[in-house]
Amino acid sequence: MTDHAPSSHSRPAVLLASSLWLPQGHAWRRFPLVGLVLAAVGLGASLAGGLASPAMRSQLWHSWLVGALFALSIGLGGLFFVLVHHSTQSGWGVVVRRIGENAMATLPWMALLFVPLIFGLGDLFPWSHADAVAKDPLLLHKQPYLNVTFFLIRTLVYFAIWTFLALRLGSLSRLQDKTGDHDLTRRMRRMSAPGLILFALSVTFFSFDWVMSLDPHWYSTIFGVYFFAGSVMAFFAFMTLIALGQKELQPRVVNEEHLHDVTKLMFAFLVFWAYMAFSQFMLIWYANLPEETGFFAQRLAGSWRSASIALSLGHFVVPFFFLLPRTIKRSPKASAIAALWLLVMHAIDMYWLVMPSLHVGSITLSWLDVAALVGCAGVFLAAFGASLGRQALVPLRDPRLPESMTFENQ
Amino acid sequence: MGLLRPSLPPGDRFGALAEFADPAELYHACEAVRDAGYTKWDAHTPFPIHGLDRAMGLKTSKLPWVVLIMALGGALAGIGLQGWVSTTAYPLVISGKPFFSWPAFVPITFELSILGGALGAVFGMFAMNQLPTLYHPLFGKASFERASDDGFFLSIESWDPKFDPDRTVEMLRQLGAKEVELVSS
Repeated sequence: MTDHAPSSHSRPAVLLASSLWLPQGHAWRRFPLVGLVLAAVGLGASLAGGLASPAMRSQLWHSWLVGALFALSIGLGGLFFVLVHHSTQSGWGVVVRRIGENAMATLPWMALLFVPLIFGLGDLFPWSHADAVAKDPLLLHKQPYLNVTFFLIRTLVYFAIWTFLALRLGSLSRLQDKTGDHDLTRRMRRMSAPGLILFALSVTFFSFDWVMSLDPHWYSTIFGVYFFAGSVMAFFAFMTLIALGQKELQPRVVNEEHLHDVTKLMFAFLVFWAYMAFSQFMLIWYANLPEETGFFAQRLAGSWRSASIALSLGHFVVPFFFLLPRTIKRSPKASAIAALWLLVMHAIDMYWLVMPSLHVGSITLSWLDVAALVGCAGVFLAAFGASLGRQALVPLRDPRLPESMTFENQ
Repeated sequence: MGLLRPSLPPGDRFGALAEFADPAELYHACEAVRDAGYTKWDAHTPFPIHGLDRAMGLKTSKLPWVVLIMALGGALAGIGLQGWVSTTAYPLVISGKPFFSWPAFVPITFELSILGGALGAVFGMFAMNQLPTLYHPLFGKASFERASDDGFFLSIESWDPKFDPDRTVEMLRQLGAKEVELVSS
Protein backbone atom coordinates (compact mmCIF):
# COMPACT_ATOMS: atom_id res chain seq x y z
CA MET A 1 0.00 0.00 0.00
CA THR A 2 1.36 3.39 -0.90
CA ASP A 3 1.48 5.77 2.01
CA HIS A 4 0.26 8.79 0.08
CA ALA A 5 -2.59 7.64 -2.08
CA PRO A 6 -5.72 8.07 -0.08
CA SER A 7 -8.03 8.36 -3.09
CA SER A 8 -11.42 7.03 -2.24
CA HIS A 9 -12.13 4.77 -5.19
CA SER A 10 -8.86 2.89 -5.00
CA ARG A 11 -8.49 2.29 -1.30
CA PRO A 12 -7.21 -1.26 -0.87
CA ALA A 13 -10.03 -3.46 0.23
CA VAL A 14 -10.04 -6.69 2.12
CA LEU A 15 -10.71 -9.30 -0.52
CA LEU A 16 -11.47 -12.96 -0.13
CA ALA A 17 -8.97 -15.07 -2.03
CA SER A 18 -11.85 -17.12 -3.41
CA SER A 19 -13.28 -14.03 -5.11
CA LEU A 20 -10.06 -13.71 -7.08
CA TRP A 21 -10.68 -16.95 -8.95
CA LEU A 22 -12.73 -17.33 -12.08
CA PRO A 23 -16.22 -18.09 -10.70
CA GLN A 24 -17.70 -21.52 -11.32
CA GLY A 25 -20.09 -21.40 -14.23
CA HIS A 26 -18.50 -18.26 -15.69
CA ALA A 27 -18.56 -18.12 -19.49
CA TRP A 28 -14.74 -18.21 -19.61
CA ARG A 29 -14.84 -21.64 -17.95
CA ARG A 30 -16.07 -22.87 -21.31
CA PHE A 31 -12.93 -21.63 -23.16
CA PRO A 32 -11.30 -25.09 -23.15
CA LEU A 33 -14.41 -26.78 -24.54
CA VAL A 34 -15.12 -24.07 -27.13
CA GLY A 35 -11.44 -24.01 -28.09
CA LEU A 36 -11.29 -27.76 -28.54
CA VAL A 37 -14.41 -27.77 -30.69
CA LEU A 38 -12.99 -24.94 -32.85
CA ALA A 39 -9.67 -26.76 -33.08
CA ALA A 40 -11.28 -30.09 -34.00
CA VAL A 41 -13.56 -28.55 -36.60
CA GLY A 42 -11.05 -26.07 -38.04
CA LEU A 43 -7.99 -28.29 -38.12
CA GLY A 44 -9.98 -31.43 -38.98
CA ALA A 45 -11.62 -29.74 -41.93
CA SER A 46 -8.27 -28.28 -43.00
CA LEU A 47 -6.58 -31.68 -42.99
CA ALA A 48 -9.50 -33.38 -44.69
CA GLY A 49 -9.79 -30.70 -47.36
CA GLY A 50 -6.08 -30.11 -47.82
CA LEU A 51 -4.97 -33.71 -48.05
CA ALA A 52 -7.88 -34.75 -50.28
CA SER A 53 -6.19 -33.52 -53.44
CA PRO A 54 -2.49 -32.97 -54.12
CA ALA A 55 -3.33 -29.56 -55.55
CA MET A 56 -4.62 -28.38 -52.16
CA ARG A 57 -1.69 -29.69 -50.13
CA SER A 58 0.54 -26.69 -50.55
CA GLN A 59 -2.36 -24.37 -49.72
CA LEU A 60 -3.05 -26.39 -46.58
CA TRP A 61 0.45 -26.04 -45.18
CA HIS A 62 0.70 -22.35 -45.99
CA SER A 63 -2.68 -21.65 -44.40
CA TRP A 64 -1.73 -23.80 -41.42
CA LEU A 65 1.53 -21.88 -40.99
CA VAL A 66 -0.37 -18.56 -40.97
CA GLY A 67 -2.73 -19.85 -38.27
CA ALA A 68 0.05 -21.41 -36.21
CA LEU A 69 2.13 -18.21 -36.36
CA PHE A 70 -0.88 -16.16 -35.29
CA ALA A 71 -1.62 -18.36 -32.27
CA LEU A 72 2.03 -18.81 -31.29
CA SER A 73 2.80 -15.11 -31.49
CA ILE A 74 0.22 -14.24 -28.83
CA GLY A 75 1.73 -16.82 -26.49
CA LEU A 76 5.20 -15.42 -27.17
CA GLY A 77 3.94 -11.93 -26.41
CA GLY A 78 2.62 -13.24 -23.09
CA LEU A 79 5.99 -14.74 -22.22
CA PHE A 80 7.69 -11.46 -23.13
CA PHE A 81 5.34 -9.48 -20.89
CA VAL A 82 5.99 -11.74 -17.90
CA LEU A 83 9.78 -11.63 -18.45
CA VAL A 84 9.80 -7.83 -18.68
CA HIS A 85 7.43 -7.55 -15.75
CA HIS A 86 9.78 -9.50 -13.48
CA SER A 87 12.98 -7.93 -14.82
CA THR A 88 11.76 -4.40 -14.22
CA GLN A 89 10.17 -5.24 -10.84
CA SER A 90 6.95 -3.82 -12.18
CA GLY A 91 4.38 -2.81 -9.60
CA TRP A 92 1.47 -1.61 -11.69
CA GLY A 93 0.96 -4.79 -13.66
CA VAL A 94 0.66 -7.44 -10.95
CA VAL A 95 -3.13 -7.61 -11.28
CA VAL A 96 -2.90 -8.34 -15.01
CA ARG A 97 0.26 -10.48 -14.93
CA ARG A 98 -1.74 -13.70 -14.91
CA ILE A 99 -3.05 -12.83 -18.38
CA GLY A 100 0.54 -13.04 -19.59
CA GLU A 101 1.15 -16.18 -17.55
CA ASN A 102 -1.93 -17.87 -18.97
CA ALA A 103 -0.97 -16.85 -22.49
CA MET A 104 2.58 -18.19 -22.11
CA ALA A 105 1.16 -21.44 -20.70
CA THR A 106 -0.11 -22.11 -24.23
CA LEU A 107 3.44 -22.31 -25.62
CA PRO A 108 3.99 -26.07 -25.02
CA TRP A 109 0.70 -26.73 -26.82
CA MET A 110 1.71 -24.47 -29.67
CA ALA A 111 4.51 -26.95 -30.39
CA LEU A 112 1.77 -29.42 -31.35
CA LEU A 113 0.62 -27.02 -34.07
CA PHE A 114 4.08 -27.17 -35.63
CA VAL A 115 4.34 -30.98 -35.62
CA PRO A 116 2.06 -31.52 -38.64
CA LEU A 117 4.03 -28.85 -40.49
CA ILE A 118 7.02 -31.20 -40.50
CA PHE A 119 5.14 -33.10 -43.22
CA GLY A 120 4.68 -29.86 -45.11
CA LEU A 121 8.31 -28.75 -45.14
CA GLY A 122 8.67 -29.84 -48.74
CA ASP A 123 5.70 -27.72 -49.81
CA LEU A 124 6.74 -24.72 -47.72
CA PHE A 125 10.50 -24.41 -48.07
CA PRO A 126 12.33 -24.53 -51.41
CA TRP A 127 15.61 -25.23 -49.61
CA SER A 128 14.30 -28.57 -48.38
CA HIS A 129 14.61 -30.11 -51.89
CA ALA A 130 18.07 -31.52 -52.53
CA ASP A 131 17.74 -31.12 -56.32
CA ALA A 132 16.73 -27.47 -56.07
CA VAL A 133 19.61 -26.78 -53.71
CA ALA A 134 22.11 -28.47 -56.01
CA LYS A 135 21.14 -26.16 -58.89
CA ASP A 136 21.23 -22.98 -56.83
CA PRO A 137 24.60 -21.64 -55.67
CA LEU A 138 23.00 -19.40 -53.03
CA LEU A 139 21.07 -22.26 -51.47
CA LEU A 140 24.15 -24.43 -51.68
CA HIS A 141 26.02 -21.78 -49.77
CA LYS A 142 23.32 -21.63 -47.11
CA GLN A 143 22.96 -25.40 -46.86
CA PRO A 144 25.00 -25.83 -43.66
CA TYR A 145 22.32 -23.76 -41.93
CA LEU A 146 19.23 -24.36 -44.04
CA ASN A 147 18.85 -28.14 -44.05
CA VAL A 148 16.01 -30.21 -42.69
CA THR A 149 17.87 -31.89 -39.82
CA PHE A 150 19.37 -28.71 -38.39
CA PHE A 151 16.08 -26.88 -38.98
CA LEU A 152 14.16 -29.41 -36.89
CA ILE A 153 16.79 -29.39 -34.15
CA ARG A 154 16.60 -25.59 -33.96
CA THR A 155 12.81 -25.65 -33.83
CA LEU A 156 13.02 -28.14 -31.00
CA VAL A 157 15.44 -25.86 -29.15
CA TYR A 158 13.17 -22.81 -29.56
CA PHE A 159 10.17 -24.64 -28.16
CA ALA A 160 12.29 -26.14 -25.40
CA ILE A 161 13.40 -22.65 -24.32
CA TRP A 162 9.87 -21.25 -24.42
CA THR A 163 8.37 -24.26 -22.66
CA PHE A 164 11.02 -24.20 -19.95
CA LEU A 165 10.61 -20.47 -19.25
CA ALA A 166 6.82 -20.62 -19.35
CA LEU A 167 6.43 -23.69 -17.13
CA ARG A 168 9.10 -22.60 -14.64
CA LEU A 169 7.84 -19.02 -14.21
CA GLY A 170 4.27 -20.26 -14.11
CA SER A 171 4.92 -22.83 -11.41
CA LEU A 172 6.96 -20.40 -9.28
CA SER A 173 4.10 -17.91 -9.49
CA ARG A 174 1.56 -20.55 -8.42
CA LEU A 175 3.88 -21.67 -5.63
CA GLN A 176 3.85 -18.13 -4.29
CA ASP A 177 0.04 -18.26 -4.18
CA LYS A 178 0.41 -21.12 -1.68
CA THR A 179 3.43 -20.07 0.37
CA GLY A 180 3.49 -16.27 0.05
CA ASP A 181 7.28 -16.50 0.04
CA HIS A 182 8.78 -13.15 -1.05
CA ASP A 183 11.97 -14.86 -2.13
CA LEU A 184 10.05 -16.39 -5.04
CA THR A 185 9.66 -12.89 -6.49
CA ARG A 186 13.44 -12.55 -6.46
CA ARG A 187 13.88 -15.99 -8.01
CA MET A 188 11.49 -15.13 -10.84
CA ARG A 189 13.38 -11.89 -11.40
CA ARG A 190 16.76 -13.60 -11.47
CA MET A 191 15.43 -15.96 -14.09
CA SER A 192 13.88 -13.30 -16.25
CA ALA A 193 16.95 -11.29 -17.26
CA PRO A 194 18.77 -14.24 -18.86
CA GLY A 195 15.32 -15.40 -19.97
CA LEU A 196 14.92 -12.22 -22.01
CA ILE A 197 18.21 -12.84 -23.82
CA LEU A 198 17.16 -16.40 -24.65
CA PHE A 199 13.76 -15.11 -25.71
CA ALA A 200 15.21 -12.47 -28.03
CA LEU A 201 17.55 -14.93 -29.72
CA SER A 202 15.03 -17.73 -30.03
CA VAL A 203 12.25 -15.53 -31.44
CA THR A 204 14.64 -13.90 -33.91
CA PHE A 205 15.94 -17.20 -35.23
CA PHE A 206 12.49 -18.77 -35.16
CA SER A 207 11.21 -16.05 -37.47
CA PHE A 208 14.28 -16.39 -39.71
CA ASP A 209 13.69 -20.12 -39.96
CA TRP A 210 9.93 -20.41 -40.24
CA VAL A 211 9.03 -17.21 -42.08
CA MET A 212 12.05 -15.60 -43.72
CA SER A 213 13.32 -18.85 -45.23
CA LEU A 214 10.05 -19.29 -47.15
CA ASP A 215 11.94 -17.14 -49.65
CA PRO A 216 15.44 -18.50 -49.04
CA HIS A 217 17.21 -16.00 -51.29
CA TRP A 218 15.96 -13.08 -49.31
CA TYR A 219 17.35 -11.87 -46.03
CA SER A 220 16.69 -8.97 -43.71
CA THR A 221 18.48 -8.68 -40.40
CA ILE A 222 15.65 -6.62 -38.91
CA PHE A 223 13.08 -9.31 -39.67
CA GLY A 224 13.16 -10.86 -36.19
CA VAL A 225 12.32 -7.55 -34.59
CA TYR A 226 9.51 -7.02 -37.08
CA PHE A 227 7.96 -10.36 -36.14
CA PHE A 228 8.52 -9.67 -32.44
CA ALA A 229 6.93 -6.21 -32.58
CA GLY A 230 3.78 -7.50 -34.27
CA SER A 231 3.55 -10.44 -31.87
CA VAL A 232 3.79 -8.32 -28.76
CA MET A 233 1.24 -5.88 -30.14
CA ALA A 234 -1.14 -8.78 -30.79
CA PHE A 235 -0.60 -10.00 -27.24
CA PHE A 236 -1.42 -6.59 -25.79
CA ALA A 237 -4.56 -6.48 -27.92
CA PHE A 238 -5.52 -9.88 -26.52
CA MET A 239 -4.59 -8.70 -23.02
CA THR A 240 -6.85 -5.66 -23.43
CA LEU A 241 -9.82 -7.92 -24.12
CA ILE A 242 -9.13 -10.22 -21.17
CA ALA A 243 -8.36 -7.30 -18.84
CA LEU A 244 -11.73 -5.77 -19.75
CA GLY A 245 -13.42 -9.02 -18.71
CA GLN A 246 -11.39 -9.10 -15.52
CA LYS A 247 -12.41 -5.51 -14.81
CA GLU A 248 -16.07 -6.55 -15.03
CA LEU A 249 -15.43 -9.51 -12.75
CA GLN A 250 -13.20 -7.78 -10.20
CA PRO A 251 -13.91 -4.05 -10.32
CA ARG A 252 -12.03 -3.53 -7.05
CA VAL A 253 -8.89 -5.16 -8.42
CA VAL A 254 -8.65 -4.14 -12.07
CA ASN A 255 -9.81 -0.65 -13.06
CA GLU A 256 -9.40 1.80 -15.90
CA GLU A 257 -5.92 2.73 -14.67
CA HIS A 258 -4.71 -0.76 -15.55
CA LEU A 259 -6.69 -0.73 -18.78
CA HIS A 260 -5.02 2.56 -19.66
CA ASP A 261 -1.55 1.08 -19.21
CA VAL A 262 -2.35 -2.04 -21.23
CA THR A 263 -3.79 0.00 -24.10
CA LYS A 264 -0.79 2.36 -23.92
CA LEU A 265 1.47 -0.65 -24.41
CA MET A 266 -0.69 -1.89 -27.26
CA PHE A 267 -0.39 1.56 -28.83
CA ALA A 268 3.37 1.65 -28.24
CA PHE A 269 3.89 -1.69 -29.95
CA LEU A 270 1.71 -0.81 -32.92
CA VAL A 271 3.97 2.22 -33.41
CA PHE A 272 7.03 0.04 -32.87
CA TRP A 273 5.74 -2.41 -35.47
CA ALA A 274 5.31 0.43 -37.95
CA TYR A 275 8.78 1.74 -37.15
CA MET A 276 10.31 -1.67 -37.84
CA ALA A 277 8.17 -2.30 -40.93
CA PHE A 278 9.15 1.02 -42.44
CA SER A 279 12.81 0.71 -41.46
CA GLN A 280 12.93 -2.64 -43.21
CA PHE A 281 11.15 -1.31 -46.27
CA MET A 282 13.02 1.96 -46.62
CA LEU A 283 16.54 0.56 -46.41
CA ILE A 284 15.75 -2.13 -48.98
CA TRP A 285 13.97 0.36 -51.24
CA TYR A 286 16.81 2.89 -50.98
CA ALA A 287 19.71 0.50 -51.53
CA ASN A 288 17.79 -1.33 -54.28
CA LEU A 289 20.01 -4.42 -54.18
CA PRO A 290 18.55 -7.29 -56.19
CA GLU A 291 19.07 -9.91 -53.47
CA GLU A 292 17.06 -7.83 -51.01
CA THR A 293 14.28 -6.34 -53.13
CA GLY A 294 12.60 -9.64 -54.04
CA PHE A 295 10.50 -9.69 -50.90
CA PHE A 296 8.97 -6.28 -51.53
CA ALA A 297 8.82 -6.67 -55.30
CA GLN A 298 6.52 -9.66 -54.69
CA ARG A 299 4.39 -7.71 -52.23
CA LEU A 300 4.10 -4.58 -54.35
CA ALA A 301 3.00 -6.43 -57.49
CA GLY A 302 -0.55 -7.19 -58.56
CA SER A 303 -3.21 -7.35 -55.87
CA TRP A 304 -0.54 -7.80 -53.19
CA ARG A 305 0.17 -4.10 -53.63
CA SER A 306 -3.29 -3.21 -52.30
CA ALA A 307 -2.75 -5.66 -49.41
CA SER A 308 0.50 -3.89 -48.51
CA ILE A 309 -1.16 -0.47 -48.60
CA ALA A 310 -4.16 -1.74 -46.62
CA LEU A 311 -1.81 -3.21 -44.03
CA SER A 312 0.12 0.02 -43.53
CA LEU A 313 -3.13 1.94 -43.15
CA GLY A 314 -5.01 -0.63 -41.07
CA HIS A 315 -2.09 -1.81 -38.94
CA PHE A 316 -0.70 1.67 -38.31
CA VAL A 317 -2.26 4.91 -39.59
CA VAL A 318 -5.91 4.34 -38.64
CA PRO A 319 -5.37 2.71 -35.20
CA PHE A 320 -2.60 5.25 -34.45
CA PHE A 321 -4.92 8.23 -34.72
CA PHE A 322 -7.83 6.32 -33.18
CA LEU A 323 -5.85 5.33 -30.09
CA LEU A 324 -4.06 8.68 -29.69
CA PRO A 325 -6.51 10.38 -27.26
CA ARG A 326 -6.34 9.43 -23.62
CA THR A 327 -10.13 9.05 -23.36
CA ILE A 328 -10.10 6.31 -26.03
CA LYS A 329 -7.40 4.36 -24.21
CA ARG A 330 -9.44 4.48 -21.01
CA SER A 331 -12.79 3.63 -22.60
CA PRO A 332 -13.74 -0.06 -22.35
CA LYS A 333 -15.80 -0.04 -25.54
CA ALA A 334 -13.34 1.90 -27.71
CA SER A 335 -10.32 -0.06 -26.50
CA ALA A 336 -12.15 -3.36 -27.14
CA ILE A 337 -12.89 -2.27 -30.71
CA ALA A 338 -9.25 -1.26 -31.22
CA ALA A 339 -8.00 -4.54 -29.74
CA LEU A 340 -10.24 -6.68 -31.97
CA TRP A 341 -9.25 -4.63 -34.99
CA LEU A 342 -5.55 -5.05 -34.24
CA LEU A 343 -5.90 -8.81 -33.76
CA VAL A 344 -7.48 -9.03 -37.21
CA MET A 345 -4.66 -6.87 -38.59
CA HIS A 346 -2.08 -9.13 -36.99
CA ALA A 347 -3.67 -12.15 -38.70
CA ILE A 348 -3.53 -10.26 -42.00
CA ASP A 349 0.11 -9.39 -41.29
CA MET A 350 0.95 -13.09 -40.83
CA TYR A 351 -0.94 -13.86 -44.07
CA TRP A 352 0.99 -11.10 -45.84
CA LEU A 353 4.29 -12.58 -44.63
CA VAL A 354 3.58 -16.15 -45.69
CA MET A 355 1.20 -16.23 -48.65
CA PRO A 356 3.01 -14.30 -51.38
CA SER A 357 5.42 -17.26 -51.53
CA LEU A 358 2.54 -19.49 -52.60
CA HIS A 359 0.33 -17.15 -54.61
CA VAL A 360 2.87 -15.12 -56.54
CA GLY A 361 1.41 -12.03 -58.14
CA SER A 362 -2.11 -12.01 -56.80
CA ILE A 363 -4.02 -12.72 -53.62
CA THR A 364 -5.94 -15.97 -53.80
CA LEU A 365 -8.14 -16.57 -50.81
CA SER A 366 -9.00 -20.11 -49.84
CA TRP A 367 -11.45 -21.50 -47.33
CA LEU A 368 -8.46 -23.30 -45.81
CA ASP A 369 -7.09 -19.91 -44.68
CA VAL A 370 -10.13 -19.41 -42.47
CA ALA A 371 -10.40 -23.02 -41.29
CA ALA A 372 -6.73 -23.27 -40.29
CA LEU A 373 -6.77 -19.88 -38.55
CA VAL A 374 -9.90 -20.78 -36.58
CA GLY A 375 -8.45 -24.18 -35.69
CA CYS A 376 -5.12 -22.79 -34.47
CA ALA A 377 -6.84 -20.02 -32.54
CA GLY A 378 -9.02 -22.75 -31.01
CA VAL A 379 -5.95 -24.62 -29.73
CA PHE A 380 -4.69 -21.37 -28.22
CA LEU A 381 -8.06 -20.64 -26.62
CA ALA A 382 -8.33 -24.14 -25.16
CA ALA A 383 -4.83 -24.02 -23.65
CA PHE A 384 -5.36 -20.47 -22.39
CA GLY A 385 -8.72 -21.41 -20.85
CA ALA A 386 -7.27 -24.48 -19.15
CA SER A 387 -4.57 -22.37 -17.53
CA LEU A 388 -7.09 -19.66 -16.63
CA GLY A 389 -9.25 -22.10 -14.72
CA ARG A 390 -6.57 -23.77 -12.65
CA GLN A 391 -5.15 -20.68 -10.93
CA ALA A 392 -6.48 -17.44 -9.45
CA LEU A 393 -6.92 -14.53 -11.85
CA VAL A 394 -4.28 -12.52 -9.97
CA PRO A 395 -1.11 -13.64 -8.13
CA LEU A 396 -2.74 -13.88 -4.70
CA ARG A 397 0.28 -13.31 -2.49
CA ASP A 398 2.60 -11.29 -4.66
CA PRO A 399 4.20 -8.66 -2.41
CA ARG A 400 3.33 -5.95 -4.92
CA LEU A 401 -0.35 -6.87 -5.32
CA PRO A 402 -1.60 -4.03 -3.04
CA GLU A 403 0.62 -1.55 -4.87
CA SER A 404 -0.82 -2.71 -8.16
CA MET A 405 -4.39 -2.42 -6.92
CA THR A 406 -3.94 1.20 -5.87
CA PHE A 407 -1.93 2.15 -8.94
CA GLU A 408 -2.88 5.37 -10.73
CA ASN A 409 -1.66 7.03 -13.90
CA GLN A 410 -0.61 10.59 -13.44
CA MET B 1 3.17 39.01 -17.83
CA GLY B 2 6.57 39.70 -16.46
CA LEU B 3 9.58 37.53 -16.13
CA LEU B 4 9.88 38.31 -12.46
CA ARG B 5 6.28 38.43 -11.29
CA PRO B 6 3.24 36.49 -12.41
CA SER B 7 0.45 38.56 -13.92
CA LEU B 8 -2.07 38.87 -11.12
CA PRO B 9 -5.30 40.85 -10.88
CA PRO B 10 -4.93 44.18 -9.06
CA GLY B 11 -5.37 44.35 -5.31
CA ASP B 12 -3.09 44.14 -2.33
CA ARG B 13 -4.24 40.73 -1.12
CA PHE B 14 -3.13 37.53 -2.85
CA GLY B 15 -5.26 35.12 -0.84
CA ALA B 16 -5.15 32.56 1.93
CA LEU B 17 -2.50 29.92 2.53
CA ALA B 18 -3.16 26.83 4.65
CA GLU B 19 -0.71 24.17 5.73
CA PHE B 20 -1.72 20.57 6.31
CA ALA B 21 0.06 17.90 8.28
CA ASP B 22 0.14 15.13 5.70
CA PRO B 23 -0.89 14.25 2.14
CA ALA B 24 -4.11 12.56 3.22
CA GLU B 25 -5.39 15.66 5.00
CA LEU B 26 -4.45 17.88 2.09
CA TYR B 27 -6.18 15.43 -0.25
CA HIS B 28 -9.44 15.55 1.67
CA ALA B 29 -9.19 19.32 2.08
CA CYS B 30 -8.86 19.61 -1.70
CA GLU B 31 -12.00 17.54 -2.17
CA ALA B 32 -13.85 19.85 0.25
CA VAL B 33 -12.58 23.06 -1.39
CA ARG B 34 -13.55 21.67 -4.79
CA ASP B 35 -17.02 20.77 -3.52
CA ALA B 36 -17.41 24.21 -1.93
CA GLY B 37 -17.22 25.62 -5.46
CA TYR B 38 -13.88 27.42 -5.41
CA THR B 39 -12.22 27.73 -8.81
CA LYS B 40 -9.08 29.85 -8.32
CA TRP B 41 -6.90 27.90 -5.97
CA ASP B 42 -3.97 25.50 -5.96
CA ALA B 43 -2.24 22.81 -3.96
CA HIS B 44 1.53 22.73 -3.33
CA THR B 45 3.30 19.50 -2.41
CA PRO B 46 6.92 18.33 -2.35
CA PHE B 47 6.10 15.28 -4.52
CA PRO B 48 3.29 14.28 -6.88
CA ILE B 49 0.24 12.88 -5.09
CA HIS B 50 -1.61 10.39 -7.23
CA GLY B 51 -5.23 11.28 -7.73
CA LEU B 52 -4.85 14.86 -6.46
CA ASP B 53 -5.90 16.18 -9.87
CA ARG B 54 -9.22 14.40 -9.40
CA ALA B 55 -9.57 15.61 -5.82
CA MET B 56 -8.98 19.15 -7.05
CA GLY B 57 -11.47 18.71 -9.89
CA LEU B 58 -8.87 19.70 -12.48
CA LYS B 59 -9.91 19.39 -16.09
CA THR B 60 -7.74 17.55 -18.61
CA SER B 61 -4.86 19.71 -19.76
CA LYS B 62 -5.00 21.33 -23.19
CA LEU B 63 -1.28 20.74 -23.62
CA PRO B 64 -1.77 17.56 -25.76
CA TRP B 65 -3.47 19.70 -28.41
CA VAL B 66 -0.50 22.05 -28.51
CA VAL B 67 1.80 19.03 -28.87
CA LEU B 68 -0.35 17.53 -31.63
CA ILE B 69 -0.49 20.75 -33.65
CA MET B 70 3.23 21.38 -33.25
CA ALA B 71 4.02 17.76 -34.21
CA LEU B 72 1.84 17.95 -37.32
CA GLY B 73 3.44 21.30 -38.14
CA GLY B 74 6.88 19.73 -37.82
CA ALA B 75 5.84 16.86 -40.07
CA LEU B 76 4.45 19.27 -42.65
CA ALA B 77 7.63 21.35 -42.55
CA GLY B 78 9.74 18.21 -42.99
CA ILE B 79 7.88 16.80 -45.97
CA GLY B 80 7.33 20.26 -47.46
CA LEU B 81 10.95 21.36 -47.26
CA GLN B 82 12.33 18.14 -48.70
CA GLY B 83 9.64 17.97 -51.37
CA TRP B 84 10.20 21.56 -52.43
CA VAL B 85 13.97 21.24 -52.53
CA SER B 86 13.89 17.95 -54.44
CA THR B 87 11.29 18.92 -57.02
CA THR B 88 11.54 22.69 -57.46
CA ALA B 89 14.52 24.38 -55.89
CA TYR B 90 17.28 21.93 -56.72
CA PRO B 91 16.05 18.77 -58.41
CA LEU B 92 18.69 16.04 -58.52
CA VAL B 93 18.44 12.51 -59.83
CA ILE B 94 19.53 10.27 -56.97
CA SER B 95 20.06 6.58 -57.76
CA GLY B 96 17.51 6.79 -60.53
CA LYS B 97 14.61 7.47 -58.21
CA PRO B 98 11.80 9.97 -58.83
CA PHE B 99 12.34 13.54 -57.61
CA PHE B 100 9.55 13.22 -55.10
CA SER B 101 10.71 9.99 -53.43
CA TRP B 102 8.60 10.18 -50.30
CA PRO B 103 10.03 7.12 -48.50
CA ALA B 104 13.38 8.88 -48.36
CA PHE B 105 11.74 11.90 -46.72
CA VAL B 106 10.10 9.94 -43.92
CA PRO B 107 13.00 9.83 -41.43
CA ILE B 108 13.48 13.61 -41.47
CA THR B 109 9.72 14.20 -41.46
CA PHE B 110 9.45 11.89 -38.46
CA GLU B 111 12.31 13.61 -36.63
CA LEU B 112 10.88 17.07 -37.26
CA SER B 113 7.47 16.01 -35.98
CA ILE B 114 9.15 14.73 -32.80
CA LEU B 115 11.08 18.00 -32.52
CA GLY B 116 7.89 20.02 -33.01
CA GLY B 117 6.01 17.92 -30.46
CA ALA B 118 8.80 18.17 -27.91
CA LEU B 119 9.18 21.94 -28.30
CA GLY B 120 5.39 22.26 -28.08
CA ALA B 121 5.32 20.21 -24.89
CA VAL B 122 8.10 22.15 -23.14
CA PHE B 123 7.25 25.69 -24.20
CA GLY B 124 3.50 25.08 -24.15
CA MET B 125 3.88 23.93 -20.56
CA PHE B 126 5.96 27.02 -19.76
CA ALA B 127 3.35 29.31 -21.29
CA MET B 128 0.40 27.64 -19.58
CA ASN B 129 2.16 27.82 -16.21
CA GLN B 130 3.32 31.40 -16.79
CA LEU B 131 6.90 30.26 -16.46
CA PRO B 132 9.55 31.39 -15.90
CA THR B 133 8.30 33.30 -12.88
CA LEU B 134 11.03 34.19 -10.46
CA TYR B 135 8.79 35.69 -7.82
CA HIS B 136 5.37 34.78 -6.49
CA PRO B 137 3.46 36.34 -3.57
CA LEU B 138 3.43 32.99 -1.77
CA PHE B 139 7.23 33.14 -1.55
CA GLY B 140 6.75 35.96 0.98
CA LYS B 141 5.80 33.38 3.59
CA ALA B 142 8.90 31.78 5.07
CA SER B 143 7.03 28.55 5.88
CA PHE B 144 6.16 28.10 2.19
CA GLU B 145 9.72 27.01 1.47
CA ARG B 146 8.74 23.69 3.00
CA ALA B 147 6.43 23.01 0.02
CA SER B 148 9.58 21.61 -1.57
CA ASP B 149 10.53 19.63 1.52
CA ASP B 150 7.84 18.35 3.87
CA GLY B 151 5.00 20.87 3.77
CA PHE B 152 1.57 20.32 2.20
CA PHE B 153 -0.09 23.60 1.27
CA LEU B 154 -3.35 24.79 -0.18
CA SER B 155 -3.76 28.37 -1.41
CA ILE B 156 -7.01 30.10 -2.37
CA GLU B 157 -6.70 33.29 -4.39
CA SER B 158 -8.54 36.42 -3.31
CA TRP B 159 -10.14 37.01 -6.73
CA ASP B 160 -12.02 33.74 -6.52
CA PRO B 161 -15.72 34.73 -6.55
CA LYS B 162 -16.33 32.70 -3.40
CA PHE B 163 -13.36 34.16 -1.50
CA ASP B 164 -14.14 35.93 1.74
CA PRO B 165 -11.26 36.72 4.12
CA ASP B 166 -13.05 35.48 7.23
CA ARG B 167 -15.16 32.62 5.97
CA THR B 168 -12.48 31.12 3.70
CA VAL B 169 -9.93 31.11 6.52
CA GLU B 170 -12.52 29.62 8.85
CA MET B 171 -13.34 26.88 6.34
CA LEU B 172 -9.67 25.99 5.93
CA ARG B 173 -9.28 25.78 9.72
CA GLN B 174 -12.24 23.45 9.94
CA LEU B 175 -10.74 21.27 7.24
CA GLY B 176 -7.91 20.53 9.64
CA ALA B 177 -5.23 22.98 8.54
CA LYS B 178 -2.36 23.29 11.00
CA GLU B 179 -1.99 26.92 10.16
CA VAL B 180 -3.92 29.40 7.98
CA GLU B 181 -2.74 32.86 7.08
CA LEU B 182 -3.61 35.64 4.65
CA VAL B 183 -0.97 36.50 2.07
CA SER B 184 -0.50 39.99 0.64
CA SER B 185 0.50 40.34 -2.98
